[in-house]
Amino acid sequence: MEQTGEYRIAAGLETVWRGLNDPEILGRCIDGCQSMEQAGDDQFVASVKAKIGPVSATFQAQLNLADVNPPTSYTLQANVKGGAAGFGKGTANVELREEGSATLLSYQVKANVGGKLAQVGSRLIDGAARKMADDFFAAFGKEVSGEAPQATAADSVPVERAYERSGSWVIWAVMFAALAIAMILAF
Amino acid sequence: MSEAVVQTGIGASVKRKEDLRFITGTGRYTDDFNVAGQKYAVFLRSPYARARIEDIDVSEAANVRGVCTVLTGQQMAEDGLGDIPCGWLVKQKDGSDMVSAPHPPLAATLVNYVGEPYGLVIADTLAAARQGAEAVLTDFAELDAVVDPAEATGSEQIHEGVSDNLAFDWELGERAATEAALASAAHVTRIDLVNNRLIPNAMEPRAALGSYDPGSGEHTLYTTSQNPHLARLVLSAFVQVAPEHKLRIIAPDVGGGFGSKIFIYAEETAVIWAARRTGMTIKWTADRSEAFLADAHGRDHVTHAELGMNEAGEFVALKVSTTANLGAYLSTFGSSVPTYLYGTLLAGQYRTPNIYVEVQGVYTNTAPVDAYRGAGRPEATYVVERVVEQAARELGRDPAELRRFNMITPDQFPYDTPVALTYDTGDYQVSLDRALAMIDYDGFPARREAAAAAGKRRGLGLSCYIEACGLAPSQLAIQLGAGVGLYESGEIRVNPTGNVTVFTGSHSHGQGHETTFAQIVSDRLGIPFDDVEVVHGDTGRVEFGLGTYGSRSLAVGGSALMGAADKLIAKGTKIAAHMLEADPAAVDFTDGSFVVRDSNQALTFGEVAFAAYVPTNYPTELEPGFSEKAFYDPENFTYPAGTHIAEIEIDEATGVIELVDFVAVDDFGHIINPMIVAGQVHGGLAQGVGQALLEHGIYDEYGQLITGSYMDYCMPRADDLPDFRVDTTVTPCTHNPLGVKGCGEAGAIGSPAAIMNAVADALGEAVAMPATSEKIWRVLQNRRTA
Repeated sequence: MEQTGEYRIAAGLETVWRGLNDPEILGRCIDGCQSMEQAGDDQFVASVKAKIGPVSATFQAQLNLADVNPPTSYTLQANVKGGAAGFGKGTANVELREEGSATLLSYQVKANVGGKLAQVGSRLIDGAARKMADDFFAAFGKEVSGEAPQATAADSVPVERAYERSGSWVIWAVMFAALAIAMILAF
Repeated sequence: MSEAVVQTGIGASVKRKEDLRFITGTGRYTDDFNVAGQKYAVFLRSPYARARIEDIDVSEAANVRGVCTVLTGQQMAEDGLGDIPCGWLVKQKDGSDMVSAPHPPLAATLVNYVGEPYGLVIADTLAAARQGAEAVLTDFAELDAVVDPAEATGSEQIHEGVSDNLAFDWELGERAATEAALASAAHVTRIDLVNNRLIPNAMEPRAALGSYDPGSGEHTLYTTSQNPHLARLVLSAFVQVAPEHKLRIIAPDVGGGFGSKIFIYAEETAVIWAARRTGMTIKWTADRSEAFLADAHGRDHVTHAELGMNEAGEFVALKVSTTANLGAYLSTFGSSVPTYLYGTLLAGQYRTPNIYVEVQGVYTNTAPVDAYRGAGRPEATYVVERVVEQAARELGRDPAELRRFNMITPDQFPYDTPVALTYDTGDYQVSLDRALAMIDYDGFPARREAAAAAGKRRGLGLSCYIEACGLAPSQLAIQLGAGVGLYESGEIRVNPTGNVTVFTGSHSHGQGHETTFAQIVSDRLGIPFDDVEVVHGDTGRVEFGLGTYGSRSLAVGGSALMGAADKLIAKGTKIAAHMLEADPAAVDFTDGSFVVRDSNQALTFGEVAFAAYVPTNYPTELEPGFSEKAFYDPENFTYPAGTHIAEIEIDEATGVIELVDFVAVDDFGHIINPMIVAGQVHGGLAQGVGQALLEHGIYDEYGQLITGSYMDYCMPRADDLPDFRVDTTVTPCTHNPLGVKGCGEAGAIGSPAAIMNAVADALGEAVAMPATSEKIWRVLQNRRTA
């Protein structure tokens, strides 16, 4: 699977970057992540348990951050194992660019899936991923565009500190996991 | 003969007995059988095409409520179970044996295709078993997979000891003579073909219910098998699950097989092994996803063929090189399908004097490939009929005329082909003529013109196929590498009240044996059709049998029943002669009665049967009882043949293909039940249409099956099919007592080439199967933009 996307978020570059690294904000915009641990510098392990209809699965996600350039870009490598549900692995490149008072976020995901995910979901995977990204960024845009108090309160945080290792990767971890779940739903 | 028997005897379109229970929901399939306290199994399957199993953590699964135990390939290996063997040993070009990679029923250390089972979770409920399977954490180390059969020999080695991933390099025919004839041919037509991988998709998925009785030591396995005795033989002699006399295999109603239920599979083996190991009765029913992954697939050939002709257009030589994808392991008959069931059919209906075929059978990290309706013969027909059609176009000859010009003529039978077979009889021209008349061949140019005016490209394609059925003469089969003989058994037990129970070693999973075999026995013994009960599919009731595949049930199994009936009549004649105080030589059996010739003295079949069980006035030299059995071993294959013609229209704008007309004229020899035969032909044609236009099993570059559900694997539906027009011609088989040839596979064998030839005719160029509308649209669009 290869997918690119672009979102215009009505907030400044640094606000968006901080938002992407704020677990509380992310937590309000995404569902499903049960636990996360830092396994090393730029390395994380997440466990996502989900039950949808008759199928439940535990997804173990291993994530590595690379090429982190606050506040404009990073790369995330993910390796998600879902046991009987199959597996996924892939890379996401994320870039932020200022456009007037707004921020243009673009992403590029390359992933391949295996097992039941590939068997029953290959046709649906693009649409499912797109919908997840749309839903997330719609919610995220609302959060950081000034309507939500957290976004403005964070103004004084320096950029260096804003890059928190428990932050931005979460969305991709959950996205990979949720993709997997979406595929199972199709089964 | 009584009127009742005429209406139900040989040649009558009797409605199928079994259909009443099938359509009223009272059939009993494996999953319908339940035992109090039974457990449910869910298999652990590899998500990788090739990987090493590093660790299996079952601790969490064991804690799932309702889970009884988790068993793995490691434990199976510890119990000393044998590998699943391949039943047909093919010799290579250099005379050496094929290289058969070990195939443990459950993988212990290495997995070699997506879906390969490596363990099973047993639980009180299916839901708990599923939950348990989802909680098993297996650590795999992924290895590079080999997926493309055309590149398999140069890729990483899959199995230890199998260099170049080559299971066998096989040949048949005279290479030097064929190459010389090609070199001096006036014209050579060359063609490259892919025979697309198919996934069987029987309506009922595979299932098993295994139990073990510690008191008697008996193992009982209900399962979806086309050949329960063969399964018992292999499971006892090779896999060593249980001794043969302590293992009963019951294949009750089975909802379609198409070959895919011939084979000895891991799951059924594991279920009966686990039943004994745990003392539990264990049920497993595949879901559709599992069927896609782990049923043996069909076809998957890559072929180059060259057909040489002289100035007159006579075929002088055919040379064929094929790479056959065998999948990750050699399935039960995986080696015979692309060799002896393929290469031997390359003469087709033609007199081609020089034929040479070589086949490389390669391992890949995909599901095993084995027999699927037609098994080798559709692939052979596709090669012959595509290259012949292309030759006709290159030479500017009428395709029907070029075929007729090269056909074996009726006076040439028995005809020895250059590829090991002797065709006993046939009249190919008569089927061709009938089919041409039915399709109105001469009217085609006008139909093509009318279609063009409506924005449609119309095409017509022929396929004159032959197949070898009635598998098989045992001595020949064993000489060619078969592990078993291919005879069949039949038994007729006459009950004291005169009705009969018939036991056949063949197996019905849609073919209608209960009707056809009852017709034969009723006709032969002159008793009412409803007085005949046919029993099959139970090693505990039927003495022995080799099952149903290769269109063999009637030709071989039906012939065995004829033998048993003959024995009954012979014994009945002696009993009747004694009772009527006549010379046995003067007693005839006609219309269900033993009649003293030129007299009015007679005894009915029922009276004789009663006398055999209540022997008051009875010959002292005869044993009481009235039951006979016979084994029948055919002396040759049977050779159904015919002509299929397809007419298609392509929508110029969208590329959508409509199969507007399809004619099939088949020679199946004598026909017992024309309605069942027509049904078999229709079903086979539907599968042929599926292969030609819709179906394609695809693995991605990592060996993931991306056509693993009905969203991506397109099965033919009713509106994809035309109103098939079928007819038959008859040259009776010369060597079986019924004169029958077999009709189960012809539809799937003949039709793909006819349809693809029609597509090539309409499009002006060939495309690969399946000819989807997307492929056709791309061809047309490229022309528009070029």
